[in-house]
Amino acid sequence: MSMLHLHYDVPGDDFTRAGEASGDVKHKLKRLGYEPDAIRRVAIAMYEGEINMVIHAGGGEATVDIDPDKVDIILQDHGPGIADVSKAMQAGWSTAPDNVRSLGFGAGMGLPNMKKYTDVMEIESVVGEGTTVHMVVNPGKK
Amino acid sequence: MTIKEMAEACGWKLLAGEEGTDAPVDGCYIGDLLSWVMARALSGNVWLTVMGNVNAIAVAALTDVAGVVLAEDAALDEAAKARADLQGIPVYTCPENLYETALKVAGQLNG
Ligand SMILES: Nc1ncnc2c1ncn2[C@@H]1O[C@H](COP(=O)(O)OP(=O)(O)OP(=O)(O)O)[C@@H](O)[C@H]1O
Ligand SMILES: [Mg+2]
Repeated sequence: MSMLHLHYDVPGDDFTRAGEASGDVKHKLKRLGYEPDAIRRVAIAMYEGEINMVIHAGGGEATVDIDPDKVDIILQDHGPGIADVSKAMQAGWSTAPDNVRSLGFGAGMGLPNMKKYTDVMEIESVVGEGTTVHMVVNPGKK
Repeated sequence: MTIKEMAEACGWKLLAGEEGTDAPVDGCYIGDLLSWVMARALSGNVWLTVMGNVNAIAVAALTDVAGVVLAEDAALDEAAKARADLQGIPVYTCPENLYETALKVAGQLNG
């Protein structure tokens, strides 16, 4: 068992609520006294993943396990899946529609940011079934 | 210098987030693409943008920027104002464009 186990529903197509889960995790890590750099990495990676579930997958779930030496994040959705994960990981690659771009998304930087800011990042995706992103941040590393 | 002092010196008008106006400023970041900003803006930066939606406020909160300045009178929508007030993230407005605003910021940071 982890020190702190958290679970969030991330509603689809609700841009006003996206960021609640990552904001809450950030707040909790701050209270627990994690170093600012680790908190920043977790917050950015998780927000990008949360927003991706809202924009590209109609929402999903986030599960976060917090331990002193490790923050483990699983983002799971039942959206359309990603046909070519290595392409999706490229900086600048995006299928975001115009209405989402006008909100400031669609730079194609979300997945690369998640990779950059975490110590482990794995994507499992099946077209037509959904996507699971697993990320780990080890405070003190990177 | 605090964001409040910088705002006074630059003539910016506060739209939301008064609670956070004592935050110190020691740098500046400019951009509108949120994932780009999220990766590059540093805590203590003043963020200059035209993006006044709730997602921009979320990005400001996650990056711990000192405050947001909406250049060229870009609008802050209702949901964004509410979020900024709730989280104490100062949001200012000004009529100048991003370049002119950045020059003013530079004058303050270097002066
Ligand atoms: N959870 C997901 N479900 C389905 N497709 C996804 C998911 N996450 C990402 N993708 C696909 O991968 C692409 C790249 O994602 P990435 O987060 O890097 O960029 P973006 O979301 O398009 O733009 P940005 O994150 O810069 O605002 C997306 O455009 C989308 O096609
Ligand atoms: Mg994205």
